Amino acid sequence: MNFDFNDEQREIKSTAREFLASRFKPEKVRELAEADNPYDEALWKEMCELGWPGIAISEEHGGQGLDTVELVILQEELGYVLAPSPFVSNAFAGLLIEGAGSEEQKARWLPGIASGEARGAAAITPDAEPIVGAAQGASILVLNEGEGGKLVEPADANLERLDLIDTTRAYFRVSADGGEPLPGDVAPAVDKAMVALAAEQVGIAQRALEMAVAYAKEREQFDRPIGAYQAVSHRLAGMLWDTEEARSLTYFAAWAADAEPGSLPLAASMAKARASDAATSVTNAALQVFGGIGFTWEHDLHFLLKRATVGARMLGSPSRHRERVASLVGLGAGGATR
Amino acid sequence: MDLSLTPEEESFRDELRAWLEENHPGPIPQGGDQVQFEFERAWQRKLHDAGWAGVSWPKEYGGRGATLIEQAIFGAELARAKAPRPANVLGLVMGGPVVIAHGTEEQKERFLEPILSAEEIWCQGFSEPESGSDLASLKTKAMKENGGWRITGQKVWTTFAHEAKWCMLVARSDGDAPKHKGLTYFLMDMEQDEVEVRPLRQITGEAEFNELFIENAYVPDENVVGGEGNGWMVAITTLMNERAGLGASAALGLSQALGELIDLAKQTGLAEDPIVRDKVARLAIGIEGLRLGAMRALTATMKVGIPGPEGSIAKLQWSSTNQALTELAIEVGGEEALERDSMWAYRYLRSRANSIEGGTSDVLKNIVAERVLGLPKLR
Repeated sequence: MNFDFNDEQREIKSTAREFLASRFKPEKVRELAEADNPYDEALWKEMCELGWPGIAISEEHGGQGLDTVELVILQEELGYVLAPSPFVSNAFAGLLIEGAGSEEQKARWLPGIASGEARGAAAITPDAEPIVGAAQGASILVLNEGEGGKLVEPADANLERLDLIDTTRAYFRVSADGGEPLPGDVAPAVDKAMVALAAEQVGIAQRALEMAVAYAKEREQFDRPIGAYQAVSHRLAGMLWDTEEARSLTYFAAWAADAEPGSLPLAASMAKARASDAATSVTNAALQVFGGIGFTWEHDLHFLLKRATVGARMLGSPSRHRERVASLVGLGAGGATR
Repeated sequence: MDLSLTPEEESFRDELRAWLEENHPGPIPQGGDQVQFEFERAWQRKLHDAGWAGVSWPKEYGGRGATLIEQAIFGAELARAKAPRPANVLGLVMGGPVVIAHGTEEQKERFLEPILSAEEIWCQGFSEPESGSDLASLKTKAMKENGGWRITGQKVWTTFAHEAKWCMLVARSDGDAPKHKGLTYFLMDMEQDEVEVRPLRQITGEAEFNELFIENAYVPDENVVGGEGNGWMVAITTLMNERAGLGASAALGLSQALGELIDLAKQTGLAEDPIVRDKVARLAIGIEGLRLGAMRALTATMKVGIPGPEGSIAKLQWSSTNQALTELAIEVGGEEALERDSMWAYRYLRSRANSIEGGTSDVLKNIVAERVLGLPKLR
């Protein structure tokens, strides 16, 4: 048993950390978040050159053929810098087509998704209101409906841009009457997507924790760094607890996705619920540590808080995932929930 | 990343599981504390005879030399089988490892085997009425006397004191030295008139713990561990002697309790209540988080020698989850769960101590803040 990254995975992580730190500096993220289109095509091209869009897509379809763990590593790092990028939406489309598409559909769409040259976007949601990042500019849309899914050409779909609090991503409501059904079961792909999103939430929590800890060491009140006061330091210890617990659950779910698929449904919902709660509570707690300055637009924290809050709703709210957990751990089917 | 067991780990687990199936002593017999203790002593003897006592101890000292992962498997399998605890748990987990790490050859020869066989029970004399979290402020005095020491003072929260032959005792041997420097670690014979044991009744009604009143008790020089003045360092290694697999077995115990809670909710018609369901799911997630965090900590410890940050929060996770679980059981179980002889009432009350015993949650948060996050100390 080895619950840690192997050398190759470490390499992916450190390359991603380095690349993203230089490309998505806080001032760049702010610039994109305040622009109408938060996606920078030149940066997307660079990610494509690194082979990221195809990381978890099979080699026969032009991807790197790696597992959900590697996808999760990238997604955590993307969350850590809060990169505005169509990456995750494209990855979701890849997961759904690879998981549930026909051979013909896979051959047609996956190479473009893997290279990033003809990216996809997926609306995956058990919620009534589908939201999908990065639908604009996508070559193919994948809509998840109940147990199934369908492929829709962007020209045949109704795209309505949503004006959400998180402006580091472009969100849309998508609807389409027609479309080409995916013949397979989308459930495992949807679960993997949840795990990828959970990883993003872990990255956001980690970043907010580090920012708050650094501030608590330097900010002085009553002649001491505020981090010396237990009211503050215990809050920060709690933030570490939230972040690490979410991380353990997310990494396990990522491993289970490919190595122990029977455990995936429960593990995915546990990870998504816990990581969403962690990201929202840690960013909120960080705001309290920063005090007034954390409430200002000029401080970067609010971008993390807003992405965490929207991310918690995507692919099912924490309450919905806990309801699924309750059924899967032995309470049986419950009634209707939010 | 590979969370499956290696073939060696699997065969370790299978061998243990088969042995437990054949040798499980059955439920703890009724008849009071003494009957239960003798039952646990017999159980440990059985474990020892088959080479399952002291799994983490090196083979040369009578242990099994198990890896950290195997120790975790051991803890989890015992919890899974609902096996009783071995009688001499403090000797196995703390006393033996301290003697192995800091003891002389004579001490290893003298003390280790009777710990494994449960022939000699060990207790721990660290805390005092005025020294709880601030252990290094302890006041129990050790005065030099020809060839040995005379100990005077008071200790508290001493589990198994009434059964114990040996007490791991930290006392102040040099009143003039700075507080962490003037301490010495002794192995005190409990069978002397100068040591009085008084049981402490706790809120559950039972008496797991004791007070020790020590009036001029004698300890020969050969029972000093780690040398005069090194008591703090020796005590710290005992406390830091991470009980590998603790998280794994604690998580297993909790998931068994969660299973019972789910049955209770079904019996009382609350299995479909959305709030109960949400709380059960939170518990299930917390338990799984503890289990996985323990596995990450084990991996980190095997690689770099110390557990990562996830290891330092395991005790916090366990105590808060166990408390929340028993609170929900009281809520779900209704009036019957509140009756004085109810199992849930007992667990609810007993779990109140979880956030105090073995390091209070408040102090653990200080430790996480200072050592993991590097925040400044208040002191």
